[in-house]
Amino acid sequence: MSATTSPRQRRRPTSLRTWAWRVAEFATTPLVPADYLDLFDPLRPGAELRGRIEEIHPETADAATIVIRPGADWAGHVPGQFVRIGIDVDGVRLWRAYSLTHGPRADGRISVTVKAVPDGKVSNHLVHRAKAGTLVHLEQAAGEFVLPTGGGKFLFVTAGSGITPVIGMLRNLFPVTDSGAVHLPRSAGYDITVVHVAPSEPQSIFLDNLRELDRAGLINLVARYDDEHGVLDVASLGDLVPDLDERVTFACGPAGLLEAIEAHHTARGLPLQVEQFRVTTIVAGEGGKVTFEKAGTTVDADGSTPLLDAGENAGVLMPSGCRMGVCFGCVVPLTEGAVRDLRDGALTTAVEGDNVQIQTCINAAAGPCRIEL
Amino acid sequence: MTVLQKKPVSPIAHLTDEDIETIGKELDAIRDEVLRERGERDAAYIRKVIDVQRKLELGSRAVLLVSMFPPAWIAGTIGLSVAKILENMEIGHNVMHGQWDWMRDPKIHSTAWEWDNVSPSEQWKHSHNELHHTYTNVVGKDNDLGYGIMRVDEDQRWVPFYLAQPLWNFVNACFFEYGIAAYDLELGKNLKKGRWKNPEFKRRAKQVGVKIRRQIAKDYVVHPLLSGPSALHTLAATFTANLVRNLWTHSVIMCGHFPSGVETFERRSIVGETRGEWYLRQMLGSANISGSKAMHIMTGNLSYQIEHHLFPDLPSNRYQEIAPKVKEIFDRYGLKYTTGPLPVQVASAWGKIIRLSLPNDFMKKNVAPVIGLVRRDRRGSAAETPATSAA
Repeated sequence: MSATTSPRQRRRPTSLRTWAWRVAEFATTPLVPADYLDLFDPLRPGAELRGRIEEIHPETADAATIVIRPGADWAGHVPGQFVRIGIDVDGVRLWRAYSLTHGPRADGRISVTVKAVPDGKVSNHLVHRAKAGTLVHLEQAAGEFVLPTGGGKFLFVTAGSGITPVIGMLRNLFPVTDSGAVHLPRSAGYDITVVHVAPSEPQSIFLDNLRELDRAGLINLVARYDDEHGVLDVASLGDLVPDLDERVTFACGPAGLLEAIEAHHTARGLPLQVEQFRVTTIVAGEGGKVTFEKAGTTVDADGSTPLLDAGENAGVLMPSGCRMGVCFGCVVPLTEGAVRDLRDGALTTAVEGDNVQIQTCINAAAGPCRIEL
Repeated sequence: MTVLQKKPVSPIAHLTDEDIETIGKELDAIRDEVLRERGERDAAYIRKVIDVQRKLELGSRAVLLVSMFPPAWIAGTIGLSVAKILENMEIGHNVMHGQWDWMRDPKIHSTAWEWDNVSPSEQWKHSHNELHHTYTNVVGKDNDLGYGIMRVDEDQRWVPFYLAQPLWNFVNACFFEYGIAAYDLELGKNLKKGRWKNPEFKRRAKQVGVKIRRQIAKDYVVHPLLSGPSALHTLAATFTANLVRNLWTHSVIMCGHFPSGVETFERRSIVGETRGEWYLRQMLGSANISGSKAMHIMTGNLSYQIEHHLFPDLPSNRYQEIAPKVKEIFDRYGLKYTTGPLPVQVASAWGKIIRLSLPNDFMKKNVAPVIGLVRRDRRGSAAETPATSAA
């Protein structure tokens, strides 16, 4: 209680609910009431944001749409936004960002479409092994890659699974029912061309959906397959889309493509919005630059020096204990980068937002890494 | 027991340096194998235990709301005792060891876990994980050897205070959680050295105070009051459950390092210790308890104390699985794998506490019957040890 609170305020009657909650807190310490409520209703209001996988629809051999019932506190989203999903794969909680492939749905559920990428732990798990009924962890939707309201002329350039945020926008504009695509008055003002790039035709997820919209005259689809048309040359965009200069471009795909489009559009002074997915690949090596974020210290550490020693040598106040991997007294979050366990060579990687807890006394840098200290 | 280095017939005399390092490598291989397999099954195990424990605690507390009816009192007390034991042993102890950190679940993580015990987890982790597990059974370094209030090794100097140690031990057993809190706070040492005004000591003492207050408010105020007319019955039931939990955990923990057959070590013997030697010290310094699967879970798998001390960060459900492989290494290298049923091990530990309440030479025939003759080591360290001689 703050010192400025007057006795009158302090005696202010508190609602029964608040009192009951306070008693519950006293009754459950050292846990909190939520720990017990979670046993019975993990999706209730006030709970940590979670969701339950309700359906999994295969899209192609290596892609599937996952339909999730989000917890009561899901704040909704705008088409094109993404959601970070935390799911336990082989017992380990891993977080990934996926585009929301629908606009807000009437049934209150959300869906993401995932393509299994080679060596992708989470994507392979979601596409091939996840089961309906699984509880996942969610963050609120985020992302600036959203379609302006009120219509206009747009070009979407999408590559591979970069189609997913765009599909989210298109489905919201032009819902497809069993009797075909629906022409909504609110969507009449949109003139949309989609240039979709994929290695080959059958791998193109959502293709049927795009073709249907194209057939209905709602969008203009330009599909480009590497094996058929050759790898897309960005310079030829103007040939594929004659009115390119009149359109605002939204591009979503791997870093290489986005950089090329960015250069192309900057040179011509064209408006562009890009969305890059998690293409940061952590390349593990031996040693690397270690940044201690709060201390503001960066050191070069070799592949055999424990991060604990590297930090201490640089004057960073490091928590420590047994210094042999036993006591877990030195555990701190790795915010980004890769570290290697000096005992068994096991690699731990983290990308932004992961905050993987690591023991600094038995881990050495395996590439550049950032420590939250 | 006398520190291993002073024994005339050392139980490791037959091992060469290479043997010791090979043992270390073989144990590393066992560890690596578990790490390779560790995954969904293990995660499901700890989540299940937590789920069962919470529902059991909730159910027991609910039943105790009407504890004035004797069947409710009995069922609620038994349930709550079991729930508290599970929470402290199989869940709390092991989570705080970091055994489940690999799951990256922030709710089941050593850095975040707080247990149903008056000792704050932060302090317990320091004294247990860092000191006890690093300096296991090193006389003068590992305070778990007698918790600073008892003499459990011939090489701990006898003073008349120890005459009453069977009584101390019993009192400590009944109020074990407070004993742990005082121990983690190093209360005796800090007060003796006049450190009660030391800011760090004050901070930690306050932390303990807050934790005690919360624990007492929960067990002895809130739940009894919620029981209305059954208030006093609920209070008695909760007290009983805490007592049962204290007696049980104390017994199990005594069995880990005090029974006969367990070795202790000289302080200087660990200077420059190799990984293999560290492993060997853990192998000889711990004792298991044999019994049923339920018993192992109720001890938090500390009945696999040897395996736990070798690999304190492996998930507890794996200890039972690797035990045969660990024992095979003991057998192959001619080392003693100390184990026995709970009553035998508890009796053995109590026997030692009673025997060592007296000076070493008081009852000659009883001293260190396992290894036999005990003499001061050749290098001599009379300053550190009282006269040790025996039959």
